[in-house]
Amino acid sequence: MKFKTFAAFVGPSVFMMLLFIAAPLVSVFIQSFQVTQPILERVEVETCTPGFLTQTCVTETKTVPVLDDNGKTITQTQWVGLQSYRNVLQMDKFWEAVGNGSWNDIMQIDFWKALRFTLSFTLLTLPLVIGVGLAIALAVNNATRTIRGPIIFISLLPFIITPVIGSLSIYWLFVGDGILTSMMERWTGTNISMFAQAWTIELLMYFYRVWHVAPFAFVIFYAGLQAVNMDTLESAVIDGASRWERLRHVIVPHLMPLIVFIALIHLMDCYRVFEEIVGFRSQAHVISLQWLTYDFMTPDDAGNRAISRASASAMLTMIGIVFLLILPLRRTWRDHKGSAH
Amino acid sequence: MSTPKAMQQSLALRLSSGAFLTFWCVLAAFPIFWIAVMSFKSPVDAFAASPWDVIFGPATRAGGDGLSVIDIVLGLVVIFFAIRWAFTKLPRMVQAYCPPGLMILGWIFGAVLYAVIFVLIFFGLMPLILGVLNSLLGPLGTPVLGLTTEHYVAVWGENEFYRNFLNSMLVTAGVVTISLTVGTLAGYGLARSGSDLAFWLLILALVFRALPHSVLVAGYLPVFINSSENLRPIFGEGAPTLYGQPWAVIAVLVSINQPFTIWMLRSFFQNIPAELDEAARVDGCSHFQAFRRVIMPVMWPGVITTGLFSFLLGYNDFLVTSLLLDAQNQTMVPAIAGYFNRETTTTDQVEAVAAAVSITAPLFLLVMVFQRQIVSGLTAGAVKG
Repeated sequence: MKFKTFAAFVGPSVFMMLLFIAAPLVSVFIQSFQVTQPILERVEVETCTPGFLTQTCVTETKTVPVLDDNGKTITQTQWVGLQSYRNVLQMDKFWEAVGNGSWNDIMQIDFWKALRFTLSFTLLTLPLVIGVGLAIALAVNNATRTIRGPIIFISLLPFIITPVIGSLSIYWLFVGDGILTSMMERWTGTNISMFAQAWTIELLMYFYRVWHVAPFAFVIFYAGLQAVNMDTLESAVIDGASRWERLRHVIVPHLMPLIVFIALIHLMDCYRVFEEIVGFRSQAHVISLQWLTYDFMTPDDAGNRAISRASASAMLTMIGIVFLLILPLRRTWRDHKGSAH
Repeated sequence: MSTPKAMQQSLALRLSSGAFLTFWCVLAAFPIFWIAVMSFKSPVDAFAASPWDVIFGPATRAGGDGLSVIDIVLGLVVIFFAIRWAFTKLPRMVQAYCPPGLMILGWIFGAVLYAVIFVLIFFGLMPLILGVLNSLLGPLGTPVLGLTTEHYVAVWGENEFYRNFLNSMLVTAGVVTISLTVGTLAGYGLARSGSDLAFWLLILALVFRALPHSVLVAGYLPVFINSSENLRPIFGEGAPTLYGQPWAVIAVLVSINQPFTIWMLRSFFQNIPAELDEAARVDGCSHFQAFRRVIMPVMWPGVITTGLFSFLLGYNDFLVTSLLLDAQNQTMVPAIAGYFNRETTTTDQVEAVAAAVSITAPLFLLVMVFQRQIVSGLTAGAVKG
């Protein structure tokens, strides 16, 4: 295929990706060093209220935004260097907390709290998703052919459901007087509230994510199991391998590329955990990096959006992505070079 | 094919794997099933402490809304035949009456007509007949299962959820069509070109795939809000503000979805033998003619599968739509967040549940109809990607 034809085919897609993915990245990078604020001026205002004999007048200085001819506030953009990063990271507080050796103090700072949750969420759910997915795939592979279709149908439901709705549906089961909370209360005889402390919310979030992603792993592993070499399996049986040994030495190595694939996708998706925070309404207890950026961008009570801080936290999130992708990319590159020679 | 004796499983193993599967199925379906049940009950029943109260809904029944044994039996019979008919007769009728070139239109028309007839029979004709039957049959006709649709009426009628539904449909339809058009071309180009450039494009797409969406939205937001002023030199006075525009959101979602789309379509195109378009090229077609005349007729399975995933992305998105759309143009998923703020009474909560179920219902239908395509899409991406 000539370059021109190739460019014509790929052009529109590349153009859209450059315009809506690459360009915003550059602009976020620039924004994170800038702050846009309304220009404020101090004016003396005299307010008078009617009183007996004379009016009571009070003069006070107020800070008001400067308006242009159309009545809009004039804003100015300043280069502030790393100020926004400092605001997000709050290093002074962080080092102070480290100096005191107090883990709780570090967890008071939004960014570090979000980072801690995002990392533990990503790393804890990964083995669970792979394990549960593999277990379901093996069990379905053992099942009779007729019930496989319905099981796949039911399994796809948690995967396909809107993430916010999915986490809401679990939230409603456990909320205040939800059905499962009251069941647990009856068993234990104590008063349980699942959404009053961070660790129970986190547990529910881990559960939700495994529930949501395990079907994806299951479908892929199931497809992989169909292609297991029967001869190898049979020779393993002849060699006297037990069921566990066969799984360990024949099936899992066969599925290894798929496990790597799922792990990669899962790391990417988990690192941007966000919908759970919305669905479980856990802002007060548990937040994630992506939620932090989202929160900076939503207008506050005065209608202002903290764009520069959002950009700084977005760039900090990006650093994690770089770490996440370095290994797989290096491998792909080596494979590519290997195939070229 | 009979399994060799050595491979046969012991009874204990089969039992435990069966038990595990049953447990998983219950776990997978239970939250969704439960919110569906809750959405049909009065608030007292929906948040009752005993599961049986939630299922049978005594308070709802006391309120005068309920189904009798006859209702349930007849309803199930109608649903059973409706589903069977949809999977046996409907495809045949579409194939018989539809001109061969317009198969997709025929299917859409058939599905819409089927839905309308079903709604007319189920919600129009059935209540009339059952009303008479219930009053005639005495004990069999008294309600045993509390069930009320008042929350759905409230959500779709008073709260005007249909506006959000239409916005969702607009955004989703836009995302699917544009991302497929752009993605098919790119996927074909990438699959047929073995150059280094193609490889680097795919790697770049993989990196883009990993970006958190909030990072991108942080880039759009200031530009979109100020776009009217920035675009004025080009478009004059009528320069649009991109913030709050559905088509701007469509463009954003299409681009976010592009990396995934081109990876998936590329793997589908690689499965189409290259000899096919080479033969067309030998016969004197240009690349574009070969694509249009030879590849397009055989690419539909891959395109439908990729389309399903684009649909899911557009339909399920919360972050982009909630930040870039204003209240009038809000889609369904962010709109449900509006219920959080109001959620003061239990009635509000059950209405939120009903809205959530309304959002889930189309997805449920989607899995039912397209299960095979979804599975093949998932595996196609994995085995080759």
